[in-house]
Amino acid sequence: MTDEPIYLDYQATTPVDPRVRDVMLPWFDEMYGNPHSSDHAYGWAAEQAVEDARVHIAELIGAKPNEITFTSGATEANNLAVKGTVRAIKPDRNHVVTCATEHKCVLESCARLEREGLTVTILPVEKNGLLDLELLESSLSERTALVSIMAVNNEIGVIQPLTEIARLCARVGALFHTDAAQAVAKMPIDVNVMGIDLLSISAHKLYGPMGIGALYVRQKPKIEIEPLLDGGGQERGLRSGTVPAPLAIGFGEACRLGSEYISEEAERITLLRDQFLEQIFDSLDDVKLNGDLGKRIPGNLNLSFPDIDAQDLMMRLPNIALSSGSACTTSSVASSHVLQSIGVEKRLLHNAIRIGFGRFTVEKEVNFAAKEIIQAVLSLRNVSQVYEKN
Amino acid sequence: MIYLDYNATAPMKLAVKRCVIDALDVSGNPSSIHSSGRSARALVEKARGEIASSFGVSHENIIFTSGATEANTLALAGTKRRRILVSGVEHLSVLEAVGNVEKIAVDQSGLVCPEHLETLLRHDANSVLVSIMLANNETGVIQPIAELARIAHEYGALFHCDAVQAPGRIPLHMAGLGVDMMTLSAHKIGGPKGIGALFLAPGVEFASILNGGGQERGRRGGTENVPAIAGFGVAASHVNEMLNNVGHIARLRDGMEQTILEHVPEVVMHGHNAPRLVNTSLFGVEGVSAETQVIALDLSGIAISSGSACSSGKVAPSHVLRAMGLSESMSTSSVRVSIGVETKEEEIARFIDAWVSILKMIKRQVDAA
Repeated sequence: MTDEPIYLDYQATTPVDPRVRDVMLPWFDEMYGNPHSSDHAYGWAAEQAVEDARVHIAELIGAKPNEITFTSGATEANNLAVKGTVRAIKPDRNHVVTCATEHKCVLESCARLEREGLTVTILPVEKNGLLDLELLESSLSERTALVSIMAVNNEIGVIQPLTEIARLCARVGALFHTDAAQAVAKMPIDVNVMGIDLLSISAHKLYGPMGIGALYVRQKPKIEIEPLLDGGGQERGLRSGTVPAPLAIGFGEACRLGSEYISEEAERITLLRDQFLEQIFDSLDDVKLNGDLGKRIPGNLNLSFPDIDAQDLMMRLPNIALSSGSACTTSSVASSHVLQSIGVEKRLLHNAIRIGFGRFTVEKEVNFAAKEIIQAVLSLRNVSQVYEKN
Repeated sequence: MIYLDYNATAPMKLAVKRCVIDALDVSGNPSSIHSSGRSARALVEKARGEIASSFGVSHENIIFTSGATEANTLALAGTKRRRILVSGVEHLSVLEAVGNVEKIAVDQSGLVCPEHLETLLRHDANSVLVSIMLANNETGVIQPIAELARIAHEYGALFHCDAVQAPGRIPLHMAGLGVDMMTLSAHKIGGPKGIGALFLAPGVEFASILNGGGQERGRRGGTENVPAIAGFGVAASHVNEMLNNVGHIARLRDGMEQTILEHVPEVVMHGHNAPRLVNTSLFGVEGVSAETQVIALDLSGIAISSGSACSSGKVAPSHVLRAMGLSESMSTSSVRVSIGVETKEEEIARFIDAWVSILKMIKRQVDAA
């Protein structure tokens, strides 16, 4: 074993695929043109490569290349989608719908809109983490401008019924945005088949580089958006700023690989995950899986150990990189709003760990991690029993 | 290919490239508490320290952004000032950051008129933000920022400075300039694309425009771009040694301008008499389209630009030259040469030969028509 810990935190970020890295490398030196300096050959080569990347990204979600806008990541894409569309829409549509388990950047963007005078409905989710479609339907009206519901939750991995949500939105003429940072390249997505109007992607969650993402915006019929970043007018005026060519090109390659491996990878990771879960359930009583198992991406588990503090557990697992929730909030050790939303009792909020499997996870690591976690849980339970007896 | 477009973007330094590539293999999210996450966090904080010491800003007042455009937007929108005064020669990301900005006049050299700034402030100093760039991307003209910031502060205004073109070309120290906010971009100093920063002076009140996971002390949501930030740090740690090349670059640029003036006496050199970055030259001959010059030079293997890279493709007249009072025709006839440390004397000589012969050819065509 090397000193490197076993990485089981694929929802926080994914390692850059070496093939993605190799495609990016030449663009860091020889071809340093600004892709917008379209007057000279350096610029042309960079622009061509960025456009090829855009094609790969579009193809992965069934969109057209001119529907893809590069952003600095999913956070920016979500901010642009939520605030940009609603600010550009007719004032008689002044209502936004989202759900309680969204990523903070969507919830906070909605909160910002609320401060600007809009009405925001935050729908609860059911105990399995999924949206109640009847409840969604009853919240929609002719005044609804936008519905923003994530495709896959970053903590509990559950997949929302996107096609059904889109259909309900279309019925009242509301736009449907989905934060698909955890979904793209993990499950098949086709924006046309599913009826999605806007979709956010992050490169570093699909084996691409950090610092880049994209927003898909449907072009037919065209959706008006007020940009967040004005300036040089790049990305058809929707998002100003130099497009970082090496990052965009790496993102494109990551999507191309994603399209190639999506089904075989899903199958392989599902097997590993099930093998892991079986070992845990066989050896430990009183473990609870948070979120629906059936409607879930293959690479995520979220487990509660009712008598054990997640921080204590993680301290006993220095060789395994896993987390107690969303990376954004782990440093602050705030309790998970997602677990609260699916009805996890307050006293159990700090008892959950998230385990993320991915492209580079191998069977040996899964078995090792399961064994280590089981041992750590058993020994912590021993300690607490002794403690209780005294 | 001879590359003379350093103000659009500079080639990445070797040390930066190595650092970025190594950091691509660090797989943690810097907000994760496990050791992978802590490795990523360490890279971010090391870079923050390097940038802090290179530019005279305290590390907790550095907000990493996706680049200068975002940093400028954050500065202008984030302080929630009621009235925003900018110079007419600012980058478009400042001019268009918020709905209605008021323009401060510049003179024929492109220098901001301090009197006009003072007049505007005297008229109404309630909740004002002033944003003036340090060095212009098209002309290289350097504004007297310390003086302008002092005037703004006399009236209680906040002062933001887009300093993107300055580092490595003139000494740059935020505390010394006395500004409240300052924007930088990594890829203009041999760092990677896709990363920039907004610096704040201590105590500046600030609201984020990217709402999210609470990164960057809640001032800019989004997972930190770890490899790019690490590379930015390395590039920043080299800016002071870049200043050692300023003499060499100045000789190249001044020699070039002199030769051009000798060959083509009717050429207009913009901002020629104002303090300028030593690497930048913007010049033109009335009626000779910049676009044609740039494309012809590209075919000869020389990369220059017709002004700001961002607006290329649109063939709009340079708003910088328009603000300096030049005609529309002059504003579409000027090209920018921007030199870097890798530029060689022979390359400048080849550029001059190519440009002079292209100019003669175009003029013959214009005369014949």
